[in-house]
Amino acid sequence: MLRYIYGDELSNFPRLQDSMHRDRATQFRDRLKWDVSVDQNGWERDQYDDLNPLYVIWENERGQHGGSMRFLPTSGRTMVNEHFAHLTDTQISSPLIWECTRFCLAPDAGPRVAGALMLAGGELMRAFSLTHLLGVFDARMVRIYRMIGASPEVLGSTGEGRDQISVGLWAYRAEDRVKVLRRAGLSSTISEAWFNRSFGYTVRAKQAAA
Amino acid sequence: MVMRNKFNLFYQGLEQAEQLDQIQDLIVGLRDQLEVDHAVYHWVSTDGEQYGFGTYPPVWAQHYVDRDYLRVDPVILGCFQRFHPVDWKNLDWSSKAARNFRKDAISHGVGNQGFSIPIRGPNGQFALFTVSHSCDDETWTKFTDAHQRELILVAHYLNQKALEIEKGRAPEPVRPLSPREVDTLTYLAMGYGRGQVAEMLSISEHTLRAYIESARFKLGAANTTHAVARALSEGLIVVGGAAREAEGHWPGKDDITAVSA
Repeated sequence: MLRYIYGDELSNFPRLQDSMHRDRATQFRDRLKWDVSVDQNGWERDQYDDLNPLYVIWENERGQHGGSMRFLPTSGRTMVNEHFAHLTDTQISSPLIWECTRFCLAPDAGPRVAGALMLAGGELMRAFSLTHLLGVFDARMVRIYRMIGASPEVLGSTGEGRDQISVGLWAYRAEDRVKVLRRAGLSSTISEAWFNRSFGYTVRAKQAAA
Repeated sequence: MVMRNKFNLFYQGLEQAEQLDQIQDLIVGLRDQLEVDHAVYHWVSTDGEQYGFGTYPPVWAQHYVDRDYLRVDPVILGCFQRFHPVDWKNLDWSSKAARNFRKDAISHGVGNQGFSIPIRGPNGQFALFTVSHSCDDETWTKFTDAHQRELILVAHYLNQKALEIEKGRAPEPVRPLSPREVDTLTYLAMGYGRGQVAEMLSISEHTLRAYIESARFKLGAANTTHAVARALSEGLIVVGGAAREAEGHWPGKDDITAVSA
């Protein structure tokens, strides 16, 4: 199931929190060899985790982290603007554009988890009238996004092959939802129920201003 | 479009405002345009000091401070440290203190419906922009659905202005536009359509929209036209003579030169 959790609530979900930060260490330090810091608990954390971001976490049947990502509005401090601006030749800044970083999948995550996370990104855009998500992702994710049918537009990349890191944009398009729901193998009703449980109401499509 | 004009007036006024009483008048105007009971900006500093303006009855504002409602108000508690807009219905009103607060607020004319946008400013600054009204749920949902996106921008522009005025500084220099945003606004200023501009920048129109949205936010602009006008007047982009004489080349440059030659 999907959970939407702000940083200051994460400790209410100790199993999820612990397994998420450990899986992040596995993905970003061990597998991708990124220069990230891992603390004595084996948790990968960075300064953006201290800004009370919104996490979207897939909770698996054992109550553990199956996959996750982290959101911050680009009107404030973001990783993209502070570390990757040179890749994109731009500093995107708008309360209607949120950045999505630390997209992580647990080692045993099935193919549907990535789809569920993409769906959650779309639900956030739909519910809060966002125009775009701005993401940082590794080379493997480019293929995964393509498989899900939700490829971002890549604004810039650094590195080669599997070491490549890219910055990309997803624009909100209402029609993508059905496709992503299908790929994730989820119903609209259940997605709305999960959103509702986290935010206290049912997500509705907002009228997009021109 | 009528709806956008509502906000245009507000944005233009805000751009020129230099004092709190001007902002107060603008908020009253915005409230009237939106046809809701109240529109309020509320800044809460880390030491609990409050500051705000808007249309709540002064009696209620004073009462709120006297009763120390900051500690009880589910809107404050539910929005603090958040960055998504919140309909008051979805907050936790279950405690006795919260229920009594709600009763008190309604009796002071705040309204039974509310929609608040949390704003995270620099260095942990926290503020809220709220609209409230008396109506049924369905009417309120229709209103917030239609206005959410603009209200988010209004909230952030107001906060920007409040920061400027509160700190008693000269207005902050306009945030620098990135090269991509400069390109985008320059081509738009030259009269190219979005499709053409996207093609010239080798990006999709969806991505172009992100550059426009970001430039618009940095410039505090009501819409794309206003963003272009503001960038021109601030000297952030240059078209016409200077652009023609600039080094480099872009599609259509020769046409412009030819036309004006």
